[in-house]
Amino acid sequence: MNKISFIKKGTNIPLRFLLTASVILSFSAIISAQIAVKGETVWTMTGEPISNGVVLIKGSKIEAVGTEDQVKIPANYRVISAKVVTPGLIDARTVVGLNGYLGQPHDQMAIDRSASVQPELRAIDAYDARERLVTWLREFGVTTLHTGHQPSALISGQTMIVKTTGNTVEEAMVKPVAMVSVALGQSGMAQGRSPGTRSKAAAMLRAELIKAQESAKKDDPPNDLKGEIMYRVIKGEIPLLVYAEKSLDIMTALRIADEFKIKIILEGAADAHMHLNEIKASGFPVILHPTMARSGGDRENLSMETAGKLKAAGIPFALQSGFEGYVPKTRVILFEAGIAAANGLSRRDALASITIDAARILGIDGRVGSLAVGKDADIALYDGDPLEYVTHCVGTIIDGKIVSEVQR
Amino acid sequence: MRSILLCCLAVLFLAGASPAQDQAVAFINARLIPIVGAPIENGTIVVRNGKITAIGPSASVKPPAGAAIRDLAGKIVMPGLVDTHSHVGGPAGADSSGPIQPDVRILDSVDVRSVSLQKAQAGGITTVNVMPGSGHLNSGQTLYLKLRDGARKIDDLLIFGKDGSYAGGIKFANGTNPIRATGGGFPGTRAKSAALVREQFIKAQEYRDKIKKAGDDASKLPARDLAMESLVEVLDRKKVVHFHTHRHDDILTVLRLQKEFGFRLVLQHVSDAWMVADEIAAAKVPASIIFLDSPGGKLEAKDISGENGAALEKAGVLTGFHTDDGITDSRLFLRSGGLAVRSGMSREKALYGLTMANAIMLDLQDRVGSLEVGKDADLVVLSGDPLSVYTHVLETWVEGKKVFDRTDPKDHLLAVGGFQVGESILLDHIYCFDTSLGGLN
Repeated sequence: MNKISFIKKGTNIPLRFLLTASVILSFSAIISAQIAVKGETVWTMTGEPISNGVVLIKGSKIEAVGTEDQVKIPANYRVISAKVVTPGLIDARTVVGLNGYLGQPHDQMAIDRSASVQPELRAIDAYDARERLVTWLREFGVTTLHTGHQPSALISGQTMIVKTTGNTVEEAMVKPVAMVSVALGQSGMAQGRSPGTRSKAAAMLRAELIKAQESAKKDDPPNDLKGEIMYRVIKGEIPLLVYAEKSLDIMTALRIADEFKIKIILEGAADAHMHLNEIKASGFPVILHPTMARSGGDRENLSMETAGKLKAAGIPFALQSGFEGYVPKTRVILFEAGIAAANGLSRRDALASITIDAARILGIDGRVGSLAVGKDADIALYDGDPLEYVTHCVGTIIDGKIVSEVQR
Repeated sequence: MRSILLCCLAVLFLAGASPAQDQAVAFINARLIPIVGAPIENGTIVVRNGKITAIGPSASVKPPAGAAIRDLAGKIVMPGLVDTHSHVGGPAGADSSGPIQPDVRILDSVDVRSVSLQKAQAGGITTVNVMPGSGHLNSGQTLYLKLRDGARKIDDLLIFGKDGSYAGGIKFANGTNPIRATGGGFPGTRAKSAALVREQFIKAQEYRDKIKKAGDDASKLPARDLAMESLVEVLDRKKVVHFHTHRHDDILTVLRLQKEFGFRLVLQHVSDAWMVADEIAAAKVPASIIFLDSPGGKLEAKDISGENGAALEKAGVLTGFHTDDGITDSRLFLRSGGLAVRSGMSREKALYGLTMANAIMLDLQDRVGSLEVGKDADLVVLSGDPLSVYTHVLETWVEGKKVFDRTDPKDHLLAVGGFQVGESILLDHIYCFDTSLGGLN
């Protein structure tokens, strides 16, 4: 079993410090906040990977990054070594925490089917920080989730950004309102009410945006839950996360974004490989379907090579674990990035799609996504190439705390 | 769509045009992983008339005169993969009329032109057990197919035994999938599920006794009963039972039924295998397992573990893998071996679990599953280590004919996906549940 090897540096602890339990406790609190992570390869995601690199952690932040020669490890820092070190992974779109692993009605909270337009539904009111799938993802090195309502209604609700740590949503919180989830195509259709067609879906979405536009013109934020969130959308404060797999749905998303001058992020985008020029011209990023997603329904044309094509076209994109209705209950972005790397994406770009590029799209790159001084100390440790089938994640650090030491 | 597929097929057929059957093909300078026997670093394998005629180090095995030579320096050759549990070809077995329908044949239900069969070829799969779903205690007879090219009818894919019969098994299931609150003869509990199955097997025993008693007197034969005939084949150990089972107690129920009725058995899925590996080993029953990227999704898979492979190996159980396509993608079947090793299985047993173990489970060990002289020339050419994420299936050969070639643009499209190589509708029946009957259980 290839576990993290722990080496205590500076063990010349004065004996008197070991005399009382309270002193020992406070001492260990200090050393847990002072960690040196050593990696044979350190993917900082700010440049080329560093050979024999060191990341120093002080408190919850990264204190220094460099080669062993550049970064001296102070005495009393706990040293953790692994073959490969990366920034904590960022799942750019999931429903984990709102949806649980059992797949039973009581733990599926990412969609309310009572209405087609519910932008007022907050992700923070439905996130179970202790959900087993959150732990599961954390054990593979995933430290940040962009999670929320699933794309199964025209406007299903809000998304948020959390760390995969903490016992409450408050403790996990990074950004309580990230985006508003919109679904075009078959997923956005409702049973027994509108929208029942693509045209109706577009008309309903436009109607909501026109309402918000009217309020904005009068500079009069609405007083209702629905209205106030759409007001922030039309003001450009919150982007729409538009799930659009098929060619025509992608084009509808771009058309509506252009009409209302709002920010959108394309989600899914199975047919993106047919519209590289249009997407590039729009300037909007893509949170791409899982590389291993099943090629059925609106995703019939998906390709494992799309990530590589988006990269080559210069379109900002990130990978997602997405939404699963059956088994597996969640995908793992590490695996999805591996298959993308085997199909046209470089290893560096594959890692970027689940770290720094995801952070940029989510607007959290000031805090996470790369190993750089001053950023959150979110780090994943592997016993080999992280993207390989047979490699294990052997440790995960979030905000300077070791949150997983199992071998996955 | 159909015309495009036909067009694809035609192109595939031309592009994949192989040497005439009687011309030998020699694959030289490859790293050979024969599965049975140690890997050969610089090896030669010769195929002719659909069979492997020679295999060994290149220094000792020389291509016969007139053989087409394929220099595979830097490449790996291993046997065609065998999938013990798949839903390629869009099969639909039993309907909603009752919980036990052994009369139903997948033979009457596979679309041989389905793109899913071609995608399985792209994944290096050459032999596959196509099964009906698990929404019934018994959903019908399964079919073992060879993924030959250019099939126009199901007969073109069948595997015939010496007696002229075609190969196949029968599908049973327990646990939550066959349980339906709607009634209609379907069980509402696990105990009822077992009772219903036992009842049918006892009926089949009586039916068999009547036939035996009738002897040569045709007038005393019972009226033909397709369901009973099928179950008698199971009792007579002519057909292997592929039993969908997840939870530890459900697995033990299957072993109990097996002991009572003596049928031949392959445990399928076996999510809780790590809890009852010793019991499975004691019953001397093989297990075909699946690797999922996360636990759960349904109650009985909540404790599924990647460590099933290692646990079963340790217990000494014959262990193989399956795709359950579309649950996992046939094109990524090798990944199951990689994930097995990730969770502690030996590389040797993981490769065995993609090939020979499965051949044994399908009674096809004399024809497929390893690179040995006399066996079918079913093989895959890989770009590298079979258990690496970066490795691609470059070519797939079935019975001496190339059925997949990644350098061919159409085949490449099948391998990675793209415009019009997916399914335009979601295949609900592959998900082992019926959405019209109450959802995702």
